[in-house]
Amino acid sequence: MIRIVHYINQFFGGIGGEDKADLPPRVMEGAVGPGRAMQAALGKEGQVVATVICGDNYFAENIESASEEVMRMIRPYGPDVVIAGPAFNAGRYGIACGAVCRTVQDRLGIPAVTGMYRENPSVEMYRSEVYIIQTVDSARGMAEAVGKIVALVRKLVAKERIGKPSEEGYFPRGLLVNEVSDRTGAERVLDLLLLKLQGKQYASEVSRPMYDRVKPAPAIKEVGKARIALVTDGGLVPKGNPDRIEIRTATRFGRYDIKDVKTLNPEDYEVSHEGYDSIFVRQDPNRLVPVDVLRDLEREGIIGKLHDTFYSTTGVANIVEVMRKLGERIARELKAEGVSGVILTST
Amino acid sequence: MVGSTRILPGQKIVNPVGNADLPLAEEKKLRRSIVEKALKALQTEIEEQRIMC
Repeated sequence: MIRIVHYINQFFGGIGGEDKADLPPRVMEGAVGPGRAMQAALGKEGQVVATVICGDNYFAENIESASEEVMRMIRPYGPDVVIAGPAFNAGRYGIACGAVCRTVQDRLGIPAVTGMYRENPSVEMYRSEVYIIQTVDSARGMAEAVGKIVALVRKLVAKERIGKPSEEGYFPRGLLVNEVSDRTGAERVLDLLLLKLQGKQYASEVSRPMYDRVKPAPAIKEVGKARIALVTDGGLVPKGNPDRIEIRTATRFGRYDIKDVKTLNPEDYEVSHEGYDSIFVRQDPNRLVPVDVLRDLEREGIIGKLHDTFYSTTGVANIVEVMRKLGERIARELKAEGVSGVILTST
Repeated sequence: MVGSTRILPGQKIVNPVGNADLPLAEEKKLRRSIVEKALKALQTEIEEQRIMC
């Protein structure tokens, strides 16, 4: 018989709402709230032996120590599996559910399952480590979520092969698993194309990277007072590539001092970028990062100041998510240093 | 293009703000004209991504 400990928050535990969000964790015997639905779905196959209830703020404000506390409350019950939530679209509750599942897996070596809505920020945080069943955005989807969670729990405890995310209903965990197919890739892609042409449902085998749209920043009002920075993805780096920026699929950027530099000197730079022939840029780096011209404009008062450092990375075969994070970091630094506008040069 | 907002065509991939075929003085003039267009783009209000020429 499957022994389950269930983790829920103060609201689903029937204790209170936001006013009780600071509640430290406590254990109750048996199933509470949605745990009863889990119990009903399991029938004689399993038992929710205990329920840990914790306030969302208590947990979210002390994730490490709360995870530890909750784990220690769960351990004595010797469960086969832990279920957390489901949290639907609740952010703090999602953090707690994800953290409890992860801790229980790491420290107690038992499987754990939770459920969240796709826009819950905790999905991105935890999906690569924890099975998160996809739910709708509120508890109106409780019955469906319970069904999928319990189905997955049965398989995990029985150590059965867990199917693809689309089959079992969990968020992709970023795992690639080899499969044998009876059709070649060429045959499969033609089958997909025929479905698409007929306006029928089809599913790509590999999902495309999703690009977002960035809202344009407001225009600079007084460029004569503005601090302008230069950023490039053409892979221009100081000789020796001190930050070891990769020639492709970059994971790093560099910031390079140009204080009082009137023009970029080809002897001081090299290019770490395999996506274009960099000979002309190496001959004159200003062809990529136009320091010489910006200095003239600065001297003439057309811009307020050329920023003291330029930022550089390599833009070829990049992972969109990685570049988004690098871009956010660069932008934060530039903003903190009073930069009003950036000229980004790209090869 | 993707998420870029204010987009300015550069010269060539191998020299976005340059032209290796020109003598340096002319090349600098060309570089300056592109950069000036970039500064103008920075001072232009836009609602969504735009190629600015």
